[in-house]
Amino acid sequence: MGTYPKEMQESIERVEATRPARLAAKPGRLTLAEQETLLKGFHPDYRPEGKRKLRVGASWGDPVPHELADLLEAYPLLDPSAVDVTKPDQDVDVLVIGGGGAGTVAAIWAHLSGVPAERILIATKLRHGDSNSIMAQGGIQAADKPHDSPAIHYLDVLGGGHFTNDPTLVRALVEDAPEIIRWHEDLGVMYDKAPDGTMSTIHGGGTSRKRMHSAKDYTGLEILRVLRDEARSRGIPVLEFSPAVELLTDNQGQVVGAVLWNLETGEYTVVRAKATVLATGGWGRLHIQGFPTTNHYGATADGLVLAYRAGAKLRDLDAVQYHPTGAAYPDQLVGLLITEKVRGMDAQPLNRRGELFVHPLEPRDVESAAFIRECASPEKGGRGLGVTTPTGMVGVWLDTPMVDMIHGKGTFQRALSSIHRMYVRFDIDPTKEPILVYPTLHYQNGGVVIDEHGWTGIAGLYAAGEVEGGVHGKNRLMGNSLLDYNVFGRRAGIAAAGWAKNAAPGSPTLSHVERYVGELKSAGVPPTRKAPLLLPEYRGERALARMVDLL
Amino acid sequence: MNEVTVFIMGKGYRVPAGLTIMKAMEYAGYRLTRGCGCRGGYCGACATVYRLKGDYRLYADLACQTPVQDGMYIAQLPFTPAERPPYALQDLAPEGQTLLALFPELARCVACNTCTKACPQKLEVMDAVQAALRGDIRQVAELTFDCVSCGLCTMRCPAEISHHHVWQLARRLNGAYLTPRAKHVQERVQEIAARKFAVELDAFMSMDRDVLVAAYKAREIEA
Repeated sequence: MGTYPKEMQESIERVEATRPARLAAKPGRLTLAEQETLLKGFHPDYRPEGKRKLRVGASWGDPVPHELADLLEAYPLLDPSAVDVTKPDQDVDVLVIGGGGAGTVAAIWAHLSGVPAERILIATKLRHGDSNSIMAQGGIQAADKPHDSPAIHYLDVLGGGHFTNDPTLVRALVEDAPEIIRWHEDLGVMYDKAPDGTMSTIHGGGTSRKRMHSAKDYTGLEILRVLRDEARSRGIPVLEFSPAVELLTDNQGQVVGAVLWNLETGEYTVVRAKATVLATGGWGRLHIQGFPTTNHYGATADGLVLAYRAGAKLRDLDAVQYHPTGAAYPDQLVGLLITEKVRGMDAQPLNRRGELFVHPLEPRDVESAAFIRECASPEKGGRGLGVTTPTGMVGVWLDTPMVDMIHGKGTFQRALSSIHRMYVRFDIDPTKEPILVYPTLHYQNGGVVIDEHGWTGIAGLYAAGEVEGGVHGKNRLMGNSLLDYNVFGRRAGIAAAGWAKNAAPGSPTLSHVERYVGELKSAGVPPTRKAPLLLPEYRGERALARMVDLL
Repeated sequence: MNEVTVFIMGKGYRVPAGLTIMKAMEYAGYRLTRGCGCRGGYCGACATVYRLKGDYRLYADLACQTPVQDGMYIAQLPFTPAERPPYALQDLAPEGQTLLALFPELARCVACNTCTKACPQKLEVMDAVQAALRGDIRQVAELTFDCVSCGLCTMRCPAEISHHHVWQLARRLNGAYLTPRAKHVQERVQEIAARKFAVELDAFMSMDRDVLVAAYKAREIEA
């Protein structure tokens, strides 16, 4: 091989030199106090200049990243006076906004709860399935092994979240988990299993038991495509390329549907619904603090914006999850996810000298902070021991050849085939050479406040998946997001179906938006900002500078 | 800056060398809606075909994973129409004839191997078609596990097979019927239904933070 530039190659030689000793030793873990020092010193969440307090809305005074505050403190993209929402184009019982994991699960369970398929609608911004759910690699947690229990899982989730989680939601998460796995088996998800059917499970960062269930390193893809196929079998209608741009409320303040906007034709559609499930995912494409992201193209926090205008409370949005291992080389891969499963399978993070500087499986925020400290220059309090790429990216090594050395030749390619494929495309063989990684923006830890049924506290509005908050507190553990969207997608789908049976929605209006605009004006928010964002701006500067809208 | 010329839908643009096809299109001023999803090689939204200067072949790949080359002629496929017959998994049996009965066009395969050549995941697509014809559901499932449903094989197939739908059904049949269930999962579900962990969870939920933190610190970590 040897496709790395010379300077990087020299550091790889040191990695190889320290490997025999590292293979023989057991890495130590940090104490809670050491973890805290690392977080305070180096986690981006602790930079006060990265956030500001919200000046309007139900979570007034809460600090959130500027990138999100700019969207929450923004005027509607859709001018309320430009549309007539009084005559709905479509009337349904359950409207699901978002066609990723949470939305698909919610729709299936609304159907299982007795809502006819034609009375359900999934509206989604891109295609059905285009989501972070489909990109998840490593796995899904469930305490279903004999030496494990939902109570131990509960402790792990709470500790991982630094005891900031909503205990009721955590309990729902851990108690429903085995049932979710069984449901997936019924639907035909191909989990990694021993020949007798026993689940192959490994550790994730912050787990005290090996409860990470996987489907190679395509776990998210495998689960999502099965769920999508099941939704198709049930004939649940899906409207693609049709993001919701505003919720609708009646004169009682109930949410009664949404205005959708056809991304391709520009047409709007008014959908009245007895119950609405918000499943719009997270915020990765806001590139908070300039970080690259693992997230899909549509992760622009639209759901937070819509729900906030309708009066929903938000929580824990000061906590951003940076995944420790985003690709840092080659340039084409920067920011893409390298699953935690690689560390779960014993690959170690190393500095330029080939030294192990942190246990490979600390909780994600701690692990990320350790990587940042290793790479930061001594003037910034760091150790300055990162590896610099020819384009100026800095990262640490992930010693991937250890996987096959410990677990047998061929393991990496079999168990981590997507990562293997990704690097081989660029002539790097991760079974022979380490790969370079650096933290990347991965997950929205917080979100819309819900109860254990996914209810937001606003009549008719439910939320599930990454858009909601409380389940993970200020830091999510690996494998709990796939679980979250299944548990709360199911609960929200059932609750929405139940509400829809007796709901009496009034005439749809955008009065909540008009009220919110009033608040923005009194808070002195400049009228230039518009939201939701819908899509990030990636067009080249040269092209944008000369762009005029003529047609 | 080292630049190359690419032809997006036939029209030439100068873009930095080393960009992926997707980023090159954006650099040139395209705002993508179709043809862009996860941007990481998992969702199959960005199926793209291209030709290279002086080369007769039509190549197929994912725009988010493929670097541009000088003189590349690029066209993205916004959508792949594909036929998925109605079925419910619980009504089907994991038998040899199931796939062929629902997807009779499988029998039209002429073994040309064009599907395999078109696959951006480098899967043995034609072998999977042959396995489907033989009714070997498990082999189909294993050969196609890494499929991202981009539809490139389907667009190239002279037999007009809707591959990814066949694969999806085969994997579900394999997962649901041809793989033993995890007994420990069933047992745990029953234990939870019998409220076996309720007392312990109730206790955790009402515990003071300090006690909880101590319990967390003291928890045993499986080797």
